[in-house]
Amino acid sequence: MSEQLVYAMEVILNGLMAGVLYALVALGFVLIFKASGIFNYAQGVMALFAAMTLVGIMNGQVPFSHLINAIFGSHITQFGWQVPAVIAILLTMAVMVLLAWCVQQFVMRHLVNQEPIILFMATIGLAYFLEGVADLMWGSEIKSLDVGLPQGINLWIDETTLNIFGYGFFIDNLDIVATIVAALLVIALVAFSQYTKQGRAMRAVADDHQAALSVGISLNFIWVMVWSVAGFVALVAGIMWGTKSGVQFSLSLIALKALPVLMLGGFTSIPGAIVGGLIIGVGEKLFEFAIGPLVGGATENWFAYVLALIFLVFRPQGLFGEKIIERV
Amino acid sequence: MFYREAGDFKVSYSQDSQTFPIRFDRYRYYVVLAVAFGVVPFLINDYWANAILLPFLIYAIAAIGLNILTGYCGQVSLGTGGFMAVGAYACYKLMTAFPDVSMFIHVLLAGGITAVVGVLFGLPSLRIKGFYLAVATLAAQFFLVWLFNRVPWFYNYSASGQINSPERDVFGIIITGPNAPAWATYLFCLIFLSICALIARNLTRGTVGRTWMAIRDMDIAAEIIGVNPLKAKLSAFAVSSFFVGISGALFFAIYLGAVEVGEVFGIQKSFLVLFMVIIGGLGSIFGSFAGAAFLVLLPVVLKVVGADMLGWPTDIVAHLQLVIVGALIILFLILEPHGLAQLWRVAKEKLRLWPFPH
Repeated sequence: MSEQLVYAMEVILNGLMAGVLYALVALGFVLIFKASGIFNYAQGVMALFAAMTLVGIMNGQVPFSHLINAIFGSHITQFGWQVPAVIAILLTMAVMVLLAWCVQQFVMRHLVNQEPIILFMATIGLAYFLEGVADLMWGSEIKSLDVGLPQGINLWIDETTLNIFGYGFFIDNLDIVATIVAALLVIALVAFSQYTKQGRAMRAVADDHQAALSVGISLNFIWVMVWSVAGFVALVAGIMWGTKSGVQFSLSLIALKALPVLMLGGFTSIPGAIVGGLIIGVGEKLFEFAIGPLVGGATENWFAYVLALIFLVFRPQGLFGEKIIERV
Repeated sequence: MFYREAGDFKVSYSQDSQTFPIRFDRYRYYVVLAVAFGVVPFLINDYWANAILLPFLIYAIAAIGLNILTGYCGQVSLGTGGFMAVGAYACYKLMTAFPDVSMFIHVLLAGGITAVVGVLFGLPSLRIKGFYLAVATLAAQFFLVWLFNRVPWFYNYSASGQINSPERDVFGIIITGPNAPAWATYLFCLIFLSICALIARNLTRGTVGRTWMAIRDMDIAAEIIGVNPLKAKLSAFAVSSFFVGISGALFFAIYLGAVEVGEVFGIQKSFLVLFMVIIGGLGSIFGSFAGAAFLVLLPVVLKVVGADMLGWPTDIVAHLQLVIVGALIILFLILEPHGLAQLWRVAKEKLRLWPFPH
């Protein structure tokens, strides 16, 4: 087997792994969009917020310590304890639920019946707000996150491929974990929306707000729940990305990475988010591998968008999106 | 009392179709122009020009441009930063290639080039709508910034990858570079803003503007009554990009002087201009001014209050600024989805009847 082909195979494998991580973020978007028709730009910042909160709780940081110190001239930063990862994750989840409730109570409830674009703008405002709050709460410096996930090269794959192709593939353990977690998450979400009472209520709300309301489903509750689930997905994505590349501002930019995934897969489809993520992940890694050196590299910044753009021109609703029917 | 149309009779068609039909509006407009052109240049100093007036003028042009596309034609664009970069780099290439040609022509040509690029990236809007289009315009944003970063021809093979605006003059007065007097740069931008606002105002109340609004309100219905969506959408993209290109050229050549594309014209810039349009009011020229003024003044005010008066560290002030901007956007959308322009309209309605509401 030629060397180029083996390299390409490694690139594809890595692309698939990256695609899973993109899909993880995209899932959060799809959930909220399906249930409330809101395109939640703040999803990436929610992942950042969740990861920062998790790190802060684990290290026993005092929230808003910088602000308090600036106002009162004090010098508190630490509670002086460490919280185990599992408890910290549970506490962070509680914070995300609280956040979901606040978003519903103070923002979305007042914007019912507004045009989708207004709601979209509101979530951009929310993104700014959350980013500022996260920085004020925990400080804006880069933090490392370690919840005990395995990291580093996977030796077994390295050895096996070395025996077969004569070249060891470099696959990060973390990426493998992320893939498994994403798969489990998707199964859990599908099961939740298909087989539980709340999941059915959620789908009913997604189909028709008013009809759902008239059979006695509480819209408020469903929306808080949906935002909580999105918060949970954000937390998982935050843990994965945060472990991979540190908890920092650029974490919120993964939302931008998830957008072309959504366009490709369609805004309303959970399988679409997965397939779209994989296509984008593999596509951009392959493109960078094959064409990147010819045009100066760093094509990953825009390739996904251009791919999605070209794709949309031929199929405006995405791969698995619902067909757009327009009436006058 | 003073703001009403009673007694303001129109006796000819040209009077009936003038830009400001109410006499008070017209006089106010003349007074504002007179102050801006005749008084401010004598009072201006470097701090005011660089911190407030220049950014305001330049962002106002960009906001008018985006407002035409998003507010009047209903096509949400997140590519404003990328189009501003096109204007800036086009201006830079023209300035260095033709040093003897007037800056006016360079800036206008830069706008024209941006318009062409804008139409190119506007083509998908014929197939894609709504969110899909908003995300598709991000393709323009990322691709253009990458292009200007990676292709050395655009920054004349300079070692730093930056572009620096060389010293150029208009009628013998230096307007770019560090030696330019504040009043000259101010007047140069003001002239462009006045012309752009005038063009935008008249375009939006004419045939072109009405077809845009028809497309915005319901594109299928507009198509059925005979509006050509191809023409309407692409003309909106062209005009909008023309303005945005001019503002990008001014932003680079007059205001900053040196630009690193990823930093200055990144996605944050797209959002900033979009916020100006939303806070100011979608579909309103006055709103573009109000939104630009608001978002230019807010950081300055916060910095003065937070860092200078209360003595807080600048990073906390910067974070607080994010919180406040985010909260304000949400608050505006909840309380007044039509922005500052709508507040002004309501105030005018009140003024018409004041002080005798019955």
